[in-house]
Amino acid sequence: MDLKTVQTEHVPVQYLEGGSGQPLVFLHGAGGMTAEDPFLAKLSQSFHVHAPFLPGYGASEEAPELRDMLDITLHTLDVVDALGLKDPILVGHSMGGMIAAEMAALAPRDFSRLGLICPVGLWMDDHPLVDIFATLPFEMPALMFHDAVAGAAMMTAGRNVSDPNFLQTYLVQNARQLGMAGRILFPIPDRGLSGRMYRIRAKTILVWGDSDRAVPPVYAQEFKRRIKGAQLVSIPEAGHMVTLEKTDQVVDAIKRLG
Amino acid sequence: MKFTWFNLMPWPDLPDDFREKNHSVWVDIDQKLFDPERAHTVYNTYMDLLEYAGTVGFDGVGVNEHHQNGYGIMPSPNIIAAGLARRTKDTALVVLGNSIALYNPPVRVAEEFAMLDCISGGRLVAGFPVGTSMDTNFCYGQIPSLTREKYAEAHELIIRAWTEREPFAFNGRYNKLRYVNIWPWPIQQPHPPIHIPGGGSVETYDFCIDNTYSYSYLSFSGYLRAKVLMQGYWDRVAERNAPDASPYRAGFAQTICVAETDEEAERLYWPHVNYFYNRCLHVYPGFADAPGYRTIKTIQTGALSQYAPPRGGYTELTWKDLVEGGHVIAGSPETVRQRMEDLIKGLNVGNIFCLMHVGNMPADKCMYSTKLFAEKVMPHLKNMFPEWADDDRFWCKPLKTLAKPGSLPSERDAAEAVSAALV
Repeated sequence: MDLKTVQTEHVPVQYLEGGSGQPLVFLHGAGGMTAEDPFLAKLSQSFHVHAPFLPGYGASEEAPELRDMLDITLHTLDVVDALGLKDPILVGHSMGGMIAAEMAALAPRDFSRLGLICPVGLWMDDHPLVDIFATLPFEMPALMFHDAVAGAAMMTAGRNVSDPNFLQTYLVQNARQLGMAGRILFPIPDRGLSGRMYRIRAKTILVWGDSDRAVPPVYAQEFKRRIKGAQLVSIPEAGHMVTLEKTDQVVDAIKRLG
Repeated sequence: MKFTWFNLMPWPDLPDDFREKNHSVWVDIDQKLFDPERAHTVYNTYMDLLEYAGTVGFDGVGVNEHHQNGYGIMPSPNIIAAGLARRTKDTALVVLGNSIALYNPPVRVAEEFAMLDCISGGRLVAGFPVGTSMDTNFCYGQIPSLTREKYAEAHELIIRAWTEREPFAFNGRYNKLRYVNIWPWPIQQPHPPIHIPGGGSVETYDFCIDNTYSYSYLSFSGYLRAKVLMQGYWDRVAERNAPDASPYRAGFAQTICVAETDEEAERLYWPHVNYFYNRCLHVYPGFADAPGYRTIKTIQTGALSQYAPPRGGYTELTWKDLVEGGHVIAGSPETVRQRMEDLIKGLNVGNIFCLMHVGNMPADKCMYSTKLFAEKVMPHLKNMFPEWADDDRFWCKPLKTLAKPGSLPSERDAAEAVSAALV
């Protein structure tokens, strides 16, 4: 994937681009993404992938003026526009799924195909979501992966955790990324999407790991119920990071939109 | 020097195995550990102690705001301060403070502080903390990376409400108010002195310097560890060309225990110091610092949250660790005097928030320590900064004559006066 920049009203936005085929926009989750992401690599074998970083993520500048759900939804619509894409396949994972769903609800004529991979955006009192803002790094793998041991290895891959500068670098990155994510996810990731989902007209595929402990599969049913004609692809032995744990199966599910 | 007697109001009955069996003392502390009937006694004893401190020579009595916290059962310091306004005579009421980003709308703070200032006759010292991440983000749900912007707007609104004598419209991002026009407004003009509790944010240093507010470092880890942080503040005071480096531009909180001898201090106070440092401060580190709460600039300066556990995890701290490390200044009046001098000179601070009630300390020991400090330590420290003796920018200015509670005439005199009026 190549790292490129596109100008928007707010800040220059960094995005990863690669592959060929139908244009697809991928929106990452609250944990961010890297150019080495195996899911993007696999996706780009079938699609022309554009994966923008939310401001504050990766090398994208922070955009303090993006404060709420509407700001971030409109900003991301601006990014799609600035990339010159017409009716791309819109895919989002977790927080990115929430943003994608909002975009498809706000601009239903602009998106005819929507892929939501274990999105957040709804809240059910009987099934409270994990508070990722109060979760310590060492607690993450068990929440995010079906296989916590393998997950921990994936999370720390390429990082030297014994480096004394690691903590500060980690804290800065975390503050930048989750600081931004908090504007739509903290303390409860419900910004009224449920009331707007009736507007979504896109053909929608929902993808969910059966062992997702961060956003339990009961939420998949709720999304399915609220988006007309949505199809659910449930993937066994996969957690919230289903894109890493079952990369091929997720890409296969997205291909149904192609 | 200004000495303020401070009580965090810890819950005194956390069980011995609290740290082992509980997730956190703050935010999600076990409801079942609280007992409202017991709290009746606890609150009244704590208020008695604050009132007592006002009678033995402290310049101020201090209260603060925490939520869902086992070592600070004071979600509303203004309620305690209101009681103290009536029951103290000439002591400053140091409310350190109200987390102004949490009040909706923040004119509530302008109003309540104005009430306290009027009731107390101009004895209010006002504090505006951003609030800890535990209180502000996790208990009160404020979005971490927007907290400071909301705080700044609340500050602007409160100062304008205090100082403008015409109704005005306030079109803020977080507050839309067509008519701001508080009744009452404060006695102290243009407004009560303001202290800002901070934990090492560069932005907070600048905010204090630019507005002539006193910067307070409310740490529990003592004056030795505070050196770097306070030096950072004084460096910043110089860098920004503040007109002076008056010690009253800064305040510091210090745990203090006084007895006749050093040995007696350990014998009397160790159980309570142990209770506080080894039990009460058990904060789940995931609550210490919601991502986005501190600015990137602050993280890059290396200021880590004081609530985050030390690297390598917690250990049981001994009396020796705590006293030698300066977390606690304890001992005979002479020992305490020497160490307080080191603190005051070393940090260049004119406002001391004396944490004289510690953990589950009972009232009798607390009174004993308080009295020894007031009589045998404080007088020797009073004039540490003679060149700044006239600097009154950071302290309250009470009225010359104060109304007293119990001003009513006898019922008989009242009846006679009414009869006379009817003639």
